[in-house]
Amino acid sequence: MKAFARLYADLDETTATSEKVAALVRYFGDAPAADAAWAVHFLSGRRPKRLIRSGDLRAWATEAAAIPEWLFDESYHAVGDLAETIALLLPEPADPAGDSGPLRVWVEERLLRLRDLDPPAQRTALLAAWSELGGRERYVWNKLITGAFRVGASQRLVVRALAEVSGVPDEVIAHRLMGAWEPDADFFRRLVATDTEDADRSRPYPFALAYPLELEADALGPVEEWQAEWKWDGIRAQLVRRAGSVWLWSRGEDLLTGRFPEVELTGGVLPDGTVLDGELLPWLDGAPLPFAQLQRRIGRKTLSRKILAEVPVVLLAYDLLEDAGADVRGQPLVQRRARLEALVGALPGGAAIRMSPIVAALDWAALVDARQAARDQNAEGLMLKRRNSVYGVGRRRGDWWKWKVDPYSVDAVLIYAQLGSGRRAGLFTDYTFGIWDDGKLVPFAKAYSGLTDAEIAKVDAFVRQNTVERFGPVRVVKPELVFELAFEGIQRSSRHRSGIAVRFPRMARWRTDKRAADADSLDTVRALL
Amino acid sequence: MSLLRLTDRGLYCEAGDFHVDAWAAVPRVVVTHAHGDHVAWGCGAYLTSSAGAAVLAARLPAGAAITPLAYGESVTMGSVRVSLHPAGHILGSAQVRLELHGEVWVVSGDYKTEPDPTCTPFEPVRCRTFITESTFGLPIYRWRPEHEVMADINRWWRNNAEAGRVSLLYGYALGKAQRLIAGLDPGIGPILTHGAVERMTGVYRSQGVPLPPTTYAGAGARRDTPRGAIVVAPPAADASPWSRRFGPSSNAFASGWMRVRGARRRRSLDRGFALSDHADWPGLLAAIEATGAESVWVTHGYTTVLTRWLSEHGLEARAVATRFEGEREDAADAADTAEAAAP
Repeated sequence: MKAFARLYADLDETTATSEKVAALVRYFGDAPAADAAWAVHFLSGRRPKRLIRSGDLRAWATEAAAIPEWLFDESYHAVGDLAETIALLLPEPADPAGDSGPLRVWVEERLLRLRDLDPPAQRTALLAAWSELGGRERYVWNKLITGAFRVGASQRLVVRALAEVSGVPDEVIAHRLMGAWEPDADFFRRLVATDTEDADRSRPYPFALAYPLELEADALGPVEEWQAEWKWDGIRAQLVRRAGSVWLWSRGEDLLTGRFPEVELTGGVLPDGTVLDGELLPWLDGAPLPFAQLQRRIGRKTLSRKILAEVPVVLLAYDLLEDAGADVRGQPLVQRRARLEALVGALPGGAAIRMSPIVAALDWAALVDARQAARDQNAEGLMLKRRNSVYGVGRRRGDWWKWKVDPYSVDAVLIYAQLGSGRRAGLFTDYTFGIWDDGKLVPFAKAYSGLTDAEIAKVDAFVRQNTVERFGPVRVVKPELVFELAFEGIQRSSRHRSGIAVRFPRMARWRTDKRAADADSLDTVRALL
Repeated sequence: MSLLRLTDRGLYCEAGDFHVDAWAAVPRVVVTHAHGDHVAWGCGAYLTSSAGAAVLAARLPAGAAITPLAYGESVTMGSVRVSLHPAGHILGSAQVRLELHGEVWVVSGDYKTEPDPTCTPFEPVRCRTFITESTFGLPIYRWRPEHEVMADINRWWRNNAEAGRVSLLYGYALGKAQRLIAGLDPGIGPILTHGAVERMTGVYRSQGVPLPPTTYAGAGARRDTPRGAIVVAPPAADASPWSRRFGPSSNAFASGWMRVRGARRRRSLDRGFALSDHADWPGLLAAIEATGAESVWVTHGYTTVLTRWLSEHGLEARAVATRFEGEREDAADAADTAEAAAP
């Protein structure tokens, strides 16, 4: 546990990539395989769900710190992070420098067992753990039990460090980290094994990702060099057809098998040794349904005949990664696309795997128009892929771009503010905005992102100087500051006071040129519906 | 009987006709210490500790009328007996004791209860009413011993030196910077200073505070900086063209605020060292208890929290507003920002 907490601190304390990799190499070079497996598990973003109710956790920490509840709450507001607040409040253990034992034991014999204990036993187990762990270890432990463990190292850095320690190529490590595995010593030994002939046939490839396009599209050069597709609002997925079976993987590397039987059934018709990349979409009468319809299916364990009929799902395929058992990611996109069309074209009519169409255009102007009309297709915009590009690992700049439709925008007034958390702890960064309705400002949306640090500092100072009322942590401020809010979707909602819910609201601009009276009204916003 | 009341220019003692740490120009002021948020320019007469007179003079325009008073000695102003007592915050920092007909009030100014090699340690003073700061008035603020934090700082410096990086160490130019310099290990490499730091370091030396040798970093080119050097600078210098000219470097901020991870992350610093010149939570509580005060005024910081805690523990406590909203770390920073890079 000590070495892992040290690694966490090393990663946290530097912004330099080379130093992060060096810290990872140091850790993996020394750690026993069973500990290293758990470290890979946590570093790759896999983490246990919250193991203890947050109310219980607060109560027991307040008790251990011997302070009143209100003082715990005040401390929490200042820190903005429950795990850290607890780590800072508890008394230091008698021997903080002592050896706390291996990570594997902490995780398997103490952390994961918390789930099966009743609350009084959980309390005893927690108080014992807190009295054994020093400040930094206690912080990491708290992060793990609250299910909020995150670390300042991307998967790519972890892969690079494991490759350096083992001498195995980056791609092989990345591939071995995909999909389902148990974090045990055997797994770690296989992960860094120099024999790269992998047995597990179910594994997908790392997904190639695109960057948002911030330039004018024609800066990308001749339009003929690019392939445009709709950017769908569905679930990105790989379909793996190997060894007589079919597996569906989401981009979050969740195995979706069983969730979309119609797609799997069609996948079984594909030749063995085929891997497709595409988007799962609810699809009826030749067109996509809104994303909300897909959500009706995602949450269900058993799929009724009714829901399968109401919300049929298809995989819109747009890339081919493996063909006849061979990895074809290194071939140019045009070539992969041609093979993909042949494979999908050979499927029977009405199959749940279809081609994601190419948006044809003779010039950039036509694509600009197509992008503006994307919402008519229930698409978020366009994808631009260089015709001769390979299928890259992770996010690489230059060959693949996502080019989303300009968001909706509304001018709204800052009415409530709350302290932020994490990096923004102690600053008022969480805002609620209102729009006019009948001479009053009604709460319309919350937004947390979009401002620069300098702007946040100014708004923070404004909130402190212009608080009219306090409701617990919420400050009601003088309605003076106007912001342009951008958002993606808009729909009616009975759960919102304005009667409207928006998707992904954020601050696009601080309209210092506008006064509160100039902000938009509910009527204007309703017109967007 | 109230010896002090809050006016739009700060705390005022009517019986003695003077202010304490005035916010704006007043005829007569008693100054607890020379930080920007405790000193107003243009006052008619300043009374401050003998140890702090030179520091105050360096922060005021030439010719300011400063009367020094040794710790523990007293003067009579109007009908009030006034004496100054060490506050342990920075060189010359003082608590102000006021006595009238046996009634005793003490204004703490800023203070810390931990030892500091660059100033006289805090001394508790018995009083009926104690006016305390509360910058770090939350139980999450508990300091580790100074020698442990300085060992961390020296270790960070040594690692940087071995990796060929310059260490940029930020701390307030007056007080924190000198305390840091006193704890740095000159065996690791040369200690360079920002102009604002160098100037105050000179004042400290002139008052007999022993400090290792330092060199003003000046405005020279980056190749002049030895790789193993540490540069001590005020926080406002971070990410400025001045700080970038040192080439490959690691930056760190020494401040009590660095106890919380978010405060460090927000500044995009490589390291944060929780070293403070203010009392931590146990320090505040111990200091208040040692005064034996029945009544406590709480100012500068987490006033509502400390006020509530004290009220729940049977004291008569009230929050007193300050010119700066002290709940944020930038207040002291802002006071430092005006410092020029040249000494």
